[in-house]
Amino acid sequence: MAQHKINYLQEAGLPVALTTVDKLVQWGRSNSLWPLTYGLACCAIEMMATGASRYDFDRFGTIFRASPRQADVLVIAGTLTKKHAPFMRRLYDQMPDPKWVISMGSCANTGGMFNTYATVQGADRIVPVDIYLPGCAPRPETLQYALMLLQKKIRTEKASRRLEPKRLV
Amino acid sequence: MMRSYSDKQNVQKKPYFSDRYFVAPQIPKDVVESDEVFTNDLAVLKAKFEIKEAYIQRGQLVVYIDPKDNVEVLKTLRDELFYNFLSEHSAIDWLAKSGEFEIFYQLLSTSKRKRLRVKCFIKEKEVLKSVISLYSSANWAEREMYDMFGVIISGHPYMKRLLMPDDWFDHPLRKTYPLHGDEVAQWYEIDKIFGKEYRDIIGPEERDSARIDVNDTHRFAHLNHEVPFGAEPSQEKTFTDYQEEGGVFIVKKLKKEDAKIVKERY
Repeated sequence: MAQHKINYLQEAGLPVALTTVDKLVQWGRSNSLWPLTYGLACCAIEMMATGASRYDFDRFGTIFRASPRQADVLVIAGTLTKKHAPFMRRLYDQMPDPKWVISMGSCANTGGMFNTYATVQGADRIVPVDIYLPGCAPRPETLQYALMLLQKKIRTEKASRRLEPKRLV
Repeated sequence: MMRSYSDKQNVQKKPYFSDRYFVAPQIPKDVVESDEVFTNDLAVLKAKFEIKEAYIQRGQLVVYIDPKDNVEVLKTLRDELFYNFLSEHSAIDWLAKSGEFEIFYQLLSTSKRKRLRVKCFIKEKEVLKSVISLYSSANWAEREMYDMFGVIISGHPYMKRLLMPDDWFDHPLRKTYPLHGDEVAQWYEIDKIFGKEYRDIIGPEERDSARIDVNDTHRFAHLNHEVPFGAEPSQEKTFTDYQEEGGVFIVKKLKKEDAKIVKERY
């Protein structure tokens, strides 16, 4: 029996950390965000640079996956044409829940400078978007920042299995 | 809302200022006799086919032919006159002016180091013979021409749209096609993915890049002065942080004041 009083809740009082299930699950999710290897245009070059060793996406636990079945983030990197829109929606549908979407660059956000018949005027007409990332094309730092903001957003969400369907508009 | 399309071909008729002495610049045309090689080429063609017009522009021979002769003319040019390369082949839309397409075949002779352009006019619904049997590069060029202009080609082995989706309506490079697309084009992805009944839910495309919304003041905060949604704008500078105030479970809190600038790279 210890003669002095031990405050177990203080740091290093006991090798135990107290938290909620929500926090634990979302901590795990936010630190292993696997994006889909999916580039549409020049923004994909910046996305590749972000994934490469200089900017090193892996330190966020972000590893690009080649299959939508293994991915939980869709980075729409580039101009989304109307011909391609059904395919992108299909890839989004193939991703298991929970899933998030980052719209990268002006073209994905609003159609950008392609105010023409063949370009989708904003990817949010097709899929619900979590983070809009400005720039043409955004620097790798911007994509990193977007991912950190997405992590922050995920940490505030509930981890319950029944997910609210996201609003498209 | 889709703006009704009006033909803009007369838009230059009422300019704010018109130079009365303005002459539209034209590339000067030379007579064919000024070039020895082209004179010979034209003589060979004239012996067999009807040549409507011929001149030299920028050192290239331009020959206007009858559209029915296109395969035979190109065959002669390839086999007898050594124009072995079809570098470009497309159409020009003159439908508003004369109801015709101007078809051009840009040829190159690598042995003679000469370029020659064969041109012809066809009506809108007129069928043009395919030249794939002579030049393989015509394959995609003809598909693109059909896709973009609606020029009908006979004898093509795989007549399908090249660039636009198969179920696309109309031909986008025609001068009557609006830049922002017709109604089918504007709702294409919505109709295809969600169905027509979703048009009301998703709404029309925002095409006006200069549009200003009344709510923009509330929806967008000033950079470095961000406020919560709906709050009044503030002069106070906001501190950008990647982590929550209380810190993140297990993850070590990043403190900006502890950041170090490394002198040496390693």
